Amino acid sequence: MDFRLGERVETFRQEVRSFLERALTDDVREEMERTGVHHSWSFHRSLVEHGWLAPGWPEELGGQGLDPLETLAFMEEFHRAGAPTYAVSTTLMVAGIVRHLGTDEQKQLVIPPALRGEKIMVLGFTEPESGSDVATAQTRAVRDGDQWIVNGQKMFTTNAQEADYVFMLTRTNPDVGKHQGLTTFLVPLRQPGVEIQPVYTLSGERTNLTFYSDVRVDDSLRIGEVDRGWDVMQLELTLERAGDHGGEPIRLLAAMEEWAESTVDHTGRARADDPDVRTRLGRAAAENEVISLLCRRSAWIHASGGVPAVEGSMSKLFASEALTRQSADFVDLLGSDGIRSYRDPTAPAAGMAEYDFRIALGTTTYGGTSEIQRNIIAQRGLGLPRVR
Amino acid sequence: MDLNPSEEQQLLVETFGALYAKESSPEHVRAAEPSGHDHGLWGRLCHNGVLEMAVDEESGGWGASLLDLALVAEQHGRYVGSAPLLESQVAIRLLAGVGTSEARSAVAAALSGEFLTTLALHPPRDGVLALVPAGAVADTVLFVDGSRLWATPAGEGRRAVANLGSLPVADLPVGEDAQLLAEGPEVGEWFERARDEWLVLAANALAGIGSRSVEIGVEYVKERHAFGVPIGSFQAVAHGLADAATRVDGGRLLAREAAWAADEDPDRFPELAALACAFNAEAAREASYRSLHYHGGYGFMLEYDIQLYFRRAKAWPAQFAEPAILYARAEAYRLSGRAE
Repeated sequence: MDFRLGERVETFRQEVRSFLERALTDDVREEMERTGVHHSWSFHRSLVEHGWLAPGWPEELGGQGLDPLETLAFMEEFHRAGAPTYAVSTTLMVAGIVRHLGTDEQKQLVIPPALRGEKIMVLGFTEPESGSDVATAQTRAVRDGDQWIVNGQKMFTTNAQEADYVFMLTRTNPDVGKHQGLTTFLVPLRQPGVEIQPVYTLSGERTNLTFYSDVRVDDSLRIGEVDRGWDVMQLELTLERAGDHGGEPIRLLAAMEEWAESTVDHTGRARADDPDVRTRLGRAAAENEVISLLCRRSAWIHASGGVPAVEGSMSKLFASEALTRQSADFVDLLGSDGIRSYRDPTAPAAGMAEYDFRIALGTTTYGGTSEIQRNIIAQRGLGLPRVR
Repeated sequence: MDLNPSEEQQLLVETFGALYAKESSPEHVRAAEPSGHDHGLWGRLCHNGVLEMAVDEESGGWGASLLDLALVAEQHGRYVGSAPLLESQVAIRLLAGVGTSEARSAVAAALSGEFLTTLALHPPRDGVLALVPAGAVADTVLFVDGSRLWATPAGEGRRAVANLGSLPVADLPVGEDAQLLAEGPEVGEWFERARDEWLVLAANALAGIGSRSVEIGVEYVKERHAFGVPIGSFQAVAHGLADAATRVDGGRLLAREAAWAADEDPDRFPELAALACAFNAEAAREASYRSLHYHGGYGFMLEYDIQLYFRRAKAWPAQFAEPAILYARAEAYRLSGRAE
């Protein structure tokens, strides 16, 4: 057994760190803070210049050909630095689906501009009436010659205001079982009939509600076969869960440990010398080590040619629940000062506990709620009967 | 990165797994209660070299790595073995590091099987070593008091303590007949090293308790029907087991990483040892608790095996300390220069 990611990976990690120190400027951070948009075109372009938009992709497609463990180390560093990666990851996820399931024409249309950093793509699955039960999507697509006409609404279409395409799950046949009548399309967002309404969230991040009225999409932008969209979704959902989930809790603990070492209580004792403080930090340290190990296990399985379906669910479930627990505990540990906002310069521990207390409740939902992950672990991992 | 045990390690796991399956069935475990010591199992374990593997060739052993010992400890936990495996391995490793002629003969006596040797995990208080692991069955108890390492015969005056985990623990007054084995500033370091090793082995044993507890629960909820369906199809039940399985899976990775770190990442070893024991104590507790509870009233009956795991999941790590103390111990190593 060897728990190191390997010397090559660690050398590469150093390179990523120094890149982030240069590219993730105060201006980029300030803009993210102010607008709530976790996407920065200048940062995005500096990634492209470095060849790091899609480091895990093969070189002939514009990537760097990194293996899954190197890619994980890359993501770990981005998340620990708090870099804007959401648009990059949705773009690559959609590009990955096109790469596996798209036609040659679709690959030509989508992959080169995405990897050149010219186009971003976003996800359109969730609707006002369907979240976890994603297969009940009601947004309709009706064929009209060589085109389809789309009508409906999508929720949490994050970065739609910056994007060129939304990868959309639509209902093409309402008369069959809910899993059978679905089809996926790349719907161009910059056209009449598309309305983007900003939605502000607990994390401070802006997402969107998007409306589609008689929006036209060419049949050539259909991904996969008609009425077989559920098969496409299976690939997408697996891609979404296996990855790094450790960045945020590791950032939070580092801020809290620095706080403990630099702050004294009313008796003049360093907080770091209080056994209760140590216990609470230590518990988070154990959880964070476990998060890293679970995420690395998924990458290792992937690198060894396997598909970490259950393992990816375990890492996503454990990490998001741990962040929820830790951030609430750390707001308490900071005392009344724990409520001072991330945006306020007087906040202790750089306001990380207050910030994570808010964002944690997004992490237990996106990519499948904790309950969905537990269903997957119970059924596919433990072999329990179908749960209800 | 490679999370698979080597071929040799795999063989070790299979060999000891088979031994425990035969010699430490639930019937054996029950038969060894309340003393918590199964002479037959301990004899088989010694015969298969559990003490030799713990020390190097120079001391008459095979020099297995702590990770090898950890993989055996996991099997020990899976079958809740009634034998003083962890403490006797840690004690003999401590002795082997001392290097004096008295210590060498003590190693030889322990290896021969003549003197079952254990380690008190805490210094004496008011002249008493409290809850010494295997203290009720050991011949010799090592203990550390400040900068002195002692060996005391464990016969007269010891008091076996009835306990939650059916463990052969005893309170032991320190008598005049204790023999001084070593003295000096290095003794404190040896003691902490031995304690870290015990924590790592306990962490792996607890990972075994946790995994088996999940399996027992899963088997039961697939079979048991209520309201016309298997109870494992209810989310309230399935989700509790999914959470427990996730914690146990993560805990096992952490326990193995900590054992691996003894040789490969020594700077982090003391921190990881305490984190691993604390986390696995909680994971094993959660897994055994949920699994027992999903048995309904049957789980409360001694006849069902899950209670054997439920009691030991709490009692084994408590011989050292509660998880909160272990988390604080680990954090002291993380916060710069604050480790005691």
